[in-house]
Amino acid sequence: MTPLSWTAWILPGLVAVTLVAGLRRRVPVYDEFVAGAAEGVRLGLRLIPLIIGIYIAVGLFRESGALAWVAQAAAPVLAYAGFPPEILPLMLIRPFSNAAAMGVIAELLQEHGPDSFVGLLASVMQGSSETTFYVAALYLGSVGIRRSLHAVHLCLLGDLVGYLAALWATSVLFLA
Amino acid sequence: MVNTIWAAMILAGIVYAAVQGNVGLVTTAIFSQAASGLTVALNLLAITTVWFGLSRVAARAGLLDALARLIAPVLRPLFPDIPRGHPSLTAIALNIAANVLGLANAATPFGLQAMKELQRLNPRPDTVTPAMITFLALNSACATLLPATAVALRAQAGAREPAIIIGPAAIASGAAMLFVLLVDRWTRRTSGW
Repeated sequence: MTPLSWTAWILPGLVAVTLVAGLRRRVPVYDEFVAGAAEGVRLGLRLIPLIIGIYIAVGLFRESGALAWVAQAAAPVLAYAGFPPEILPLMLIRPFSNAAAMGVIAELLQEHGPDSFVGLLASVMQGSSETTFYVAALYLGSVGIRRSLHAVHLCLLGDLVGYLAALWATSVLFLA
Repeated sequence: MVNTIWAAMILAGIVYAAVQGNVGLVTTAIFSQAASGLTVALNLLAITTVWFGLSRVAARAGLLDALARLIAPVLRPLFPDIPRGHPSLTAIALNIAANVLGLANAATPFGLQAMKELQRLNPRPDTVTPAMITFLALNSACATLLPATAVALRAQAGAREPAIIIGPAAIASGAAMLFVLLVDRWTRRTSGW
C-alpha cells in the first residue's frame, strides 16, 4: 500500500457514480457518451498543431544546449536571490514542458540526492508549479484567441512568485 | 507574448547550435520533437475524448448541476462577469477539483471545456476576456494537494521520505495563487473591467 493509493479510487468512483446516476434518470448513456466524445475528438484534433509547435521550440532550445547556456548566464542574478545555480534549468523549462522538467528533476535528484537541499527545492518547485506557458498557449489556441493581452505575463509572473515561495518554504522547513 | 517566446526559443536553439558548430542537430531535433509532440497530442486526444464523453453523460444525469450549485458561491466572486448558472462555471470547478486532486489527465480536458464555454460569452472572439485571464491565472498557480509527479520522482530516486515535500509545495503554490489573484483583481480594476 502506497500513501497515495486512495487516489486510485477517484476515477473508478466517478465513472461508476456517473453511470448509475445516468441510468437512474434513463439517460441513454452510451449514446450521450459518444456524442460528447465526438466533441472531444474535434477539440483534440485542433490541439495537435499547437502541441507540436511547442514541442519543437522547447526541444530545440534544450537539445541545442541553449537552455544550459542561458541558465549559466542568468546564474549570478538568481544566486543573488538565494537560488542554487543548479536549479536554474528547471526554473526556465518548467513553464514550457512537463516532460522536459521531469527529465531535469530526475537528473538533479540523481546528482545531488533527493534529500539534499537542491533535490528538495527541485521537488517542491515541481510540485507547486504548472506548465504555465504550455497550458496558456493550449487553452487560448484551442478557442482561436490571438490577442492574449497580459494573460501570459500574469501566468509567468505567478511562476516566479511560486519559485520564490518554494525557495522560502524549503529553506525554512528543511534548513532550520 | 506567445509568438515572441516561441520564436525566441527556436532562434536561440539555432544560433547556439550554429555557434557550437552543430547545426545538423537542429534538423534532427525539429523532427524528433515534432514526432514526440504528436505522440503527446494523440494521447491527449484520447483523454479529451473520454472526458468529454463522460462529462456529457454526467451533465445529462444532472450531476454537473448539483456540483455547480455547490461550488458557485466560491467561484462567483472570482468571476463576477459570468452569468449565474452558466456551464463554464461547472467546467472551471471540475478543472480546479482535478488540479487539486492531482488528476492531471482530467484537469486539461475540463480546462479546455471551460475555455470553450467562456468563448461563447466572448463578444470579441479573437481577444481574451477578463474571465479567461482569471481562469488562466488560477490554473497556472493552482494549489495542488497531491504533487503526485514530484513524489513519484523522489520515490524513484530513493528519497527517505518522498512525500515530505507536500507541505512546502502546498505553501508555495498557495502563495503563488494568492498573488496572481490579487494582481488579477488589481488589473481588472485599473483597466476598468
